Amino acid sequence: MSRSRMGVGLAWFLLTVSVAVFATSAQESPNRTAPRRADGLAAWQQIHSVLIHPRCINCHTAVDYPQQGDERRRHYANVVRGPDGHGVPGLQCATCHQESNANSTGVPGSHDWHLAPLSMAWQDRNDKPLSSAAICRAITDRRTNHNMDGPALLKHNAEDTLVGWAWEPGRDIHGNTRTVPPLSRAEFAEATRQWVEAGMPCPQL
Amino acid sequence: MAPATYELTVNGQKRSVTADPGTPLLWILRDELKLTGTKYGCGIAACGACTVHVGGVATRSCVVPVSLIGDRPIVTIEAISQDPVGRAVQDAWVSHDVVQCGYCQSGQIMSAVALLKRNRKPTDKNIEESMGGNICRCGTYVRIREAIKMAGAQP
Repeated sequence: MSRSRMGVGLAWFLLTVSVAVFATSAQESPNRTAPRRADGLAAWQQIHSVLIHPRCINCHTAVDYPQQGDERRRHYANVVRGPDGHGVPGLQCATCHQESNANSTGVPGSHDWHLAPLSMAWQDRNDKPLSSAAICRAITDRRTNHNMDGPALLKHNAEDTLVGWAWEPGRDIHGNTRTVPPLSRAEFAEATRQWVEAGMPCPQL
Repeated sequence: MAPATYELTVNGQKRSVTADPGTPLLWILRDELKLTGTKYGCGIAACGACTVHVGGVATRSCVVPVSLIGDRPIVTIEAISQDPVGRAVQDAWVSHDVVQCGYCQSGQIMSAVALLKRNRKPTDKNIEESMGGNICRCGTYVRIREAIKMAGAQP
């Protein structure tokens, strides 16, 4: 066989293989995308179960005050949000909340204790949690979420100190250990990673 | 928990105390340092009678363990008159004859000073929000509000 005939044969072979691979890929594409979104939505449901836990949602209110306790009652002592979520001059969050939990007196604490901004409210003005879809939209909207993209959201959920307090909430005024979210911090971070990698899909309204 | 020794700065003076780490600052001030101007009211940060300044922040001393104070300076009602704003507030308190029974007033003054250090011309809403955690059983709120405005107007 001449060299030229061998070259033509090799070219046809490569072309045939390429077309076959492309065709296979094109056929698989819908099937690969669908599970990816489904996996992302499943991960979101895990994330959502954490976000609506009182240790998290109590400081994501849509009103002028934070909440307390598993029953999410209004914070006592007439505590108000203030201009930057840290309270007002004579009654700041730091008036009681220190850098760590005060287990002897039942006051929780962590670095930079404050309310989430109103743009990150996960409740309505009647203190009812928003739908899973609405919370997801709020979290993924970079106009309201401090311009956080997927990796930034993952870092926030996995590493932020105040977020991490939810898993080390200390003891309440009666000496009882506060309840924690249904996932561990590591599971929460992993669910966030899966959700981000899946393109941060949100449920339909 | 085993007692520990803490070096505190109280009203500009270094003070050394040995106490259980969970002991609220209020009891360090009152029982150990004999600074009894700061009052015990509710013990759960709901009334404001125990308010002092820690690192410049109005703080409920009844719920803050001594172990969490660190190196932040503490100012109590006994020294607030050394501060110009504190002096103005106390003078205004006298001018308006604010005090009735007086039990809550050291906490009221400490919160008022914290407010005026950040806002010299507070509105009624500013005052109500900042002083909202300080309860007065005698109901001296109207006189407190007027005295705060008077103190804020001082040069």
